[in-house]
Amino acid sequence: MKEFELRSGRLIDPRVSIIYTLIFSIIIALSSNMLVAVVGLISSIILTILIAINIAMILRRLLIVNIFILILWLILPFSTPGPIIFSIGGLKASMSGVSYALLISLKSNAIVITAISLLSSGGIFNLVRALSDLRIPDKLIYIFFLFYRYTYVLFSEYETIKQGLKIRGFEPKTSFHTYRTYGYVLGALLLKGYERSEKIHRAMLCRGFEGKYRLLDHFRIGPNDLIAIFMMALNIIILLLLQWNRLI
Amino acid sequence: MHIAEGVLAGPVLLTGAAGTAAGCVIGLKKIDYHNTPRVAVMSSTFFVASLIHIPLGPISIHLLLNGLIGIILGWASFPALLVALFLQALIFQFGGITTLGINTLNMALPAVLMYYLFAKPVRNPHKNIAVFAGFFAGFLAVLIASLLVALALVFTGKPFLSVAKFIVAAHIPVMIIEGIITAFVVGFLRRVKPEILGGFVR
Repeated sequence: MKEFELRSGRLIDPRVSIIYTLIFSIIIALSSNMLVAVVGLISSIILTILIAINIAMILRRLLIVNIFILILWLILPFSTPGPIIFSIGGLKASMSGVSYALLISLKSNAIVITAISLLSSGGIFNLVRALSDLRIPDKLIYIFFLFYRYTYVLFSEYETIKQGLKIRGFEPKTSFHTYRTYGYVLGALLLKGYERSEKIHRAMLCRGFEGKYRLLDHFRIGPNDLIAIFMMALNIIILLLLQWNRLI
Repeated sequence: MHIAEGVLAGPVLLTGAAGTAAGCVIGLKKIDYHNTPRVAVMSSTFFVASLIHIPLGPISIHLLLNGLIGIILGWASFPALLVALFLQALIFQFGGITTLGINTLNMALPAVLMYYLFAKPVRNPHKNIAVFAGFFAGFLAVLIASLLVALALVFTGKPFLSVAKFIVAAHIPVMIIEGIITAFVVGFLRRVKPEILGGFVR
């Protein structure tokens, strides 16, 4: 569960981070302009360097994203019509297919690098508090908090069950027995989760919970945030101008 | 089953976001404050369960469980899956912000459908009917989810047709295993804690 620890790098007000990531992601995701994708990727790398986030962590996560992208590279060049640039054993790869796959790779990585740098750097609790400031419904925020908290707890329950299986000499194989065992493990997890949720609910009622989540302190925009906002706004303006062919 | 960032076209992303928003509004309305801890803890259970690797020949797969989520949570599947997918996007980079809407819709819509089709049969006093309903809920939920993913890709562009076919085909074994395991979970719960089945969020 080490991966759940996200705090690293310099902190920007999470509200600023969320709004920027959202606008940046939407612009990049909707653009089919190669220049926008390239500039977007470069700006996301610059952002990562400025935030001084752990590069090894970013690379590890990019690997996961790029497995899906790799599948697209294996298929798209051959399934997009257009002038043919090379062929492998009867399969003809088209120029437009290759550039389509390249565009998607650039866009995907640009968005993911930005999201990791900004959203994964301030800790999940800060992020969700910021979402609450941005008018996400209280009930959803509240579900998220409890969900996040009890994911750890249930994960350790699962570890316990797993140890129990190991002690009894269980070895997962492709067999009906394995699937039945996993079915029962899941059932046991659901049961534990359900019973725990009943306890949590009663404990909360005892403490006077009335359906409202209260925060003790609030975020304030500091001088660092102003610099960040200025640079982010500049980047978005550049991307939009490129998209509408007003630059160069 | 998650679609990565930067792949899908604008209208598809927008449809996904709008559908998920609508589903969450309905789901949140149906959850009263008495039920929020249950939905949240169920959501964490599913998150943990999705980390379990199930062996299948030389490879291993992970479960989606949206059929089971559907029969247990009903419309609350939308917010439950939204928070789980949000956390997955944050910590594992499966999917992302712009695709959160469409990815949640692809998983939660079949879940709600399974609630209407199988929430009653899984509570049937006859064991065989309940277990078969469980199998079909698990199987169909993954089938429909993979078809929705395929549809999202095809609406983005014709060249994605073969990617879409590949995704559906690759999920056929997942559907079967998901069905078998869901059937066992239903068989287990109806003996041990029948009130969990059949949707405690109505």
